[in-house]
Amino acid sequence: MTILIDNKAKLKESLQPKGFLRYFSFSLDHKVIGIQYLVCGFLFYLVGGTLASAIRIELISPLSDFLPRDVYNQVLTLHGTIMIFLWIVPVVNGAFGNYLIPFYVGARDMAFPRLNAVAFWLIPPSGLMLIASYFIEGAAQSGWTAYPPLSITTPQSGQIIWILSVLLLGGSSIFGGINFIVTILKLRRPGLKLMNLPMYCWAMLGTSILVVLSTPVLAGTLILLSFDIVAHTGFFNPALGGNVVVYQHLFWFYSHPAVYIMVLPAFGLVSEILPIHCRKPLFGYTTMVFSIMGIVVLGLVVWAHHMFTSGTPPWMRLFFTIATAFIAVPTGIKFFNWVATMWGGKISLNSAMLFSCGFIINFVFGGITGVALAQVPFDIHVHDTYFVVAHFHYIVYGGSVFVIFSSIYHWYPKVVGKLLNENLGYLHFALTFIGFNLCFAPQHWLGLNGMPRRVAEYDPQFQFVNQISSLGALFMAISTIPFLINIIISIKKGEIAGNNPWKGLNPRMVNDFSSSCRKLGRRGSISK
Amino acid sequence: MTILNSSDEIKKEGDDLINHHEDFRIFGLIIFLIADGMTFAGFFAAYLTYKAVNPLPEGSLYELELAIPTLNTILLLISSATFHKAGKALINQKNDISQKWLLITASLGITFLICQLFEYFNLPFGLTDNLFASTFYALTGFHGLHVTLGTLMILIISWQTRINGGRITYKNMFPLEAVELYWHFVDGIWVILFIILYLY
Repeated sequence: MTILIDNKAKLKESLQPKGFLRYFSFSLDHKVIGIQYLVCGFLFYLVGGTLASAIRIELISPLSDFLPRDVYNQVLTLHGTIMIFLWIVPVVNGAFGNYLIPFYVGARDMAFPRLNAVAFWLIPPSGLMLIASYFIEGAAQSGWTAYPPLSITTPQSGQIIWILSVLLLGGSSIFGGINFIVTILKLRRPGLKLMNLPMYCWAMLGTSILVVLSTPVLAGTLILLSFDIVAHTGFFNPALGGNVVVYQHLFWFYSHPAVYIMVLPAFGLVSEILPIHCRKPLFGYTTMVFSIMGIVVLGLVVWAHHMFTSGTPPWMRLFFTIATAFIAVPTGIKFFNWVATMWGGKISLNSAMLFSCGFIINFVFGGITGVALAQVPFDIHVHDTYFVVAHFHYIVYGGSVFVIFSSIYHWYPKVVGKLLNENLGYLHFALTFIGFNLCFAPQHWLGLNGMPRRVAEYDPQFQFVNQISSLGALFMAISTIPFLINIIISIKKGEIAGNNPWKGLNPRMVNDFSSSCRKLGRRGSISK
Repeated sequence: MTILNSSDEIKKEGDDLINHHEDFRIFGLIIFLIADGMTFAGFFAAYLTYKAVNPLPEGSLYELELAIPTLNTILLLISSATFHKAGKALINQKNDISQKWLLITASLGITFLICQLFEYFNLPFGLTDNLFASTFYALTGFHGLHVTLGTLMILIISWQTRINGGRITYKNMFPLEAVELYWHFVDGIWVILFIILYLY
C-alpha cells in the first residue's frame, strides 16, 4: 500500500514543471509558493508606488493641475488598496510565512498544500481585476475604506469590481490563516514545545488568529455594501433608513486588526533577524510571546478609535481610548526587548541589520503618534488630516516595509544561494530611510496645521512643506533602482553564499537563519 | 548523529514524523467554521444594532409568522440526529444503512429549503422595502446558501458511501465527519438565527 502511495507521489512530482517554469505553475511546494507571493507582491508594490508618485507629483502645487480631482481620488483609492491587500499583507504573511514556517516547525510542507496554492492563485487575478477596475467608468474613489454613502452614491461599476477583488483577497487571506494555524499547532516535529518555537511562528500564529476572526466580518460587510449598490437595499444608505456608522464599525472590526496583520509578522521577522546579526539570543522570549498574544487580544477590541468623530457615545470613547493606550504596553515590551537584544551584542551593520534598525527607529515614532491619536481630544483635532497619513505610513511603511526589505536581504542567500552586494544595499537603505523620513515627517506638521487628507487641492501656505515631502517621495522612488540592480547583478554573477553566510550558530542549514529560540542549538537538530 | 544525515535520510525521517501526526484536517475545518461563524456574527451584530438604533418608518411591514420557521427548526434538528445515525452506521460498517440515513438527511435539508422559499413568497415585504426586510433576507438567504451547499455535499457523500466502490468506508470516515461537522454548524447557526430574528 505504501509503495503504491510512493509511486503516486513520485508520479505527481514528475508532472510538476521544473526549473524556472514552476514559479508560474500551480505548485504545491511551500518554498515555490513563498517566492510566488513575494515576487507577485513586489510587482504590485511597483504599481502602488507609481500611484503614490502620481499623488506626490499632484501635491507639489496647491492646485489640481496634474490629476483631475476625481482621478486623484481614484488614484489614492487604488494606491491604498494595492499597498495593503496586495503588497504588505500577502508578503509579510504569505511569502515569508510559507517559506519559513515549515522549516521552523520541522514539517515537510504546510498542512494543506493545495489550499495554500489556491490561496496564492487567488491573488494575481484579483489584483489584475482591481487594477482593471480603474479603467472602467465609475472607478472606485472612496478610499481603501470604501465608506458609504460616497461608495454607494458615486457611479459604481468600478466600485463593484473593487469589492469583488477585495472579497477574493480576503478569501485568500483566510485560507492562508487556516493553513498557518494548523501547521504551527499540529505539524510541529515531536519534542518541539510551543515555548521553543522561533518567534516568527508565534507572530504568525497571532496574526492568523486575527485573520480568521476578523476577515470574515469584512467579507460580510462588503457583501452588504454590494447589495446596497446592486440591489438598492438600504443597509448603509441613510436615504433609505440605513446606518452609515454600522458600516464603519464592521469595517474597522477588520481593518484595525489588519494593522496588526501587517505589523505582527514584521515583529516576528525582526525578532529572527536581530539575534543573528547581533550575535546574541533574543532578549525576553517569554515576554515577547505574551506581548504578541496580548496584542492579538487587545487588537480585537480597539477598532472604534478610528471613529471618534462618527458620533460615538462617551462610554465608547472612554473604553476604546483606554484599550488603545493599553496596546502601547505589549508593543513597548517588544521594543525594549529588541533594544536589549542589540545591547552589548557584536553588531554587524550589514544591509539587513540596517533596515531592521531603521524599522525600530521609525516604528517607535509611529507608535508614539499612535498613542497620541488614541486620545479623544487630540484625535478630534487631527482627524482626517495629514497627521493620520503620517502616522500610519510610519507604521506600515516605516514598520512593515522596512522589515520586508530587511528580510529580503537576510533570507536572499538562503533562497537564491548567492550573496547580495552590500554597497548597493547601503545605498538602498540610505535612500529609503532618508526619503521616507523626508516624505512623511513633515506631514505631521501639515496635519497639525489642518491640511486635510484625500484632497487634491490645499491651502498655498502648505506648498513648501508639501514640496519637501514630494522630494522625499522622489528619493523613495529612486531607492527601488539600486535594489533591483542588486538583485539582477546577484543572480547573474553574485558571490556564492555557502551554507551559513551570516555565521548563525545552529548546525543545520534550514535553521541557520533563525536563532530566536531560548536556547541556541536546541531547536536546530532532531535530538535523540 | 542526525546532524550528519544525508538529505535523503532526513527526508525519510520527515516522512515518518508526518505519518505520526494525528489527523489535522478536522482541526482545519473547525478553524474554517469559526471564520464562517464570524461572518454570521457580523450580520447578527448589524441586525441587532439596526434594531436598537434605527427605528423603522411608520407603516413598515415587519411581522413574521412563526409556523414555518418553527417547522424548519424542527426539521434541521431532526436532520442533525439522522446525520449522526449515518455516522454510527458507518462505524458499524453498514454502508447501506448509512446511505439511507444520509438520503433522509438530504431530503430534510431540501424540505427546509422548500419551506424557506414558501415563506419568502408569502411574506408581506420585499428585499428593498425597509431595513428590517433587507437584513432579514440577507441573514436567512446567507444561511439558506449554507444549507444548499450542505445538502449538495450530503448528496455527494451519500453516493460515495455506496457499498461497492464507494470511497467512504469505516476506514476513511473523514469526508462524512467533515460534512457532519459542517451540518451541525449550519444547524446551530439556524437556532441562533431563529432566536434572534423570530423570537427576540
